[in-house]
Amino acid sequence: MTLPDTVQATPRLPLDQDGGPVFNAPWEARVFAMTLQAYDAGIFNWREWAEALGAELAKDDDNDNGEMPGYYNHWLNAFERLLADKRVAGAKQLEDLKQAWNQAARATPHGQPIELKRSGN
Amino acid sequence: MSHDHDHDHSELSDIELRVRALETLLTEKGYVDPPALDELIETYETKIGPKNGARVVAKAWSDPEYHARLMNDATSAIAELGFTGRQGEHMVAVENTPDTHNMVVCTLCSCYPWTVLGLPPVWYKSAPYRSRAVRDPRGVLAEFGVTLPDETDIRVWDSTAEVRYLVIPRRPEGTAGWSEDRLADLVTRNSMIGTALALDPSDLEDAA
Repeated sequence: MTLPDTVQATPRLPLDQDGGPVFNAPWEARVFAMTLQAYDAGIFNWREWAEALGAELAKDDDNDNGEMPGYYNHWLNAFERLLADKRVAGAKQLEDLKQAWNQAARATPHGQPIELKRSGN
Repeated sequence: MSHDHDHDHSELSDIELRVRALETLLTEKGYVDPPALDELIETYETKIGPKNGARVVAKAWSDPEYHARLMNDATSAIAELGFTGRQGEHMVAVENTPDTHNMVVCTLCSCYPWTVLGLPPVWYKSAPYRSRAVRDPRGVLAEFGVTLPDETDIRVWDSTAEVRYLVIPRRPEGTAGWSEDRLADLVTRNSMIGTALALDPSDLEDAA
């Protein structure tokens, strides 16, 4: 499945020979898809996203333009930072949610679906 | 934080926690719609994950000794090819024959061996698929375009936290002498779940 042109312009996006994205773990696909939805929802434009990701990738010493290990770790960092810059997601909020998910996982017997139960806001 | 390896509860890695936290927040703020997110992932999912399982199947078709090791202890045989990982552990290989077709059901993506099979299809996690697959496996297979002779038994395997299954589809006719690389192209993700057969060599020519 080919990606829209805007998305193809993402810095160093790993693509297969048919122009589709390549993921190495389910969470990578999830954060990729969330980024597309956040863009569609108008939180940022694709140029802003490409800049945020580019800045994050530039932190890596590896300067060639080939495949990059840990590409989606950089992607996740950049996505969190851009959402913070846009005042959509604060570090504190995300940290609290992480803790809540961690507790939910630990309270869930292995093999059961993990669900987050929010205790009011 | 202590990091025990107690198997009574589930564990999410730090990165999985960060992704879930983001999804919860973006969903609550109305920027992300989980069903639409699943749909978007489904659009691209054919490209997800290494085709590790296909290599395992192709090798089992080609190398009788590997085949024997795989049927005896799939976890080790899969690890031989360098495919390991939290989700790929405790594998059991079940082989399709003219008499028996195997199909795997599981509603829990945490039990799905994605390091071997790639990302699970979204429908696979749905409760209706699971209950129907158990009740009417022939009907579910027909919906996937697979019609088996009446005399073929269909066995349905339910993945658990302990055991995950890899279906070894039947090797298609007309592939004698093929290399493992070429054979691996015939092995689709769905054929390793048992909701499809391995591709026919003519399907490959059509796609090329």
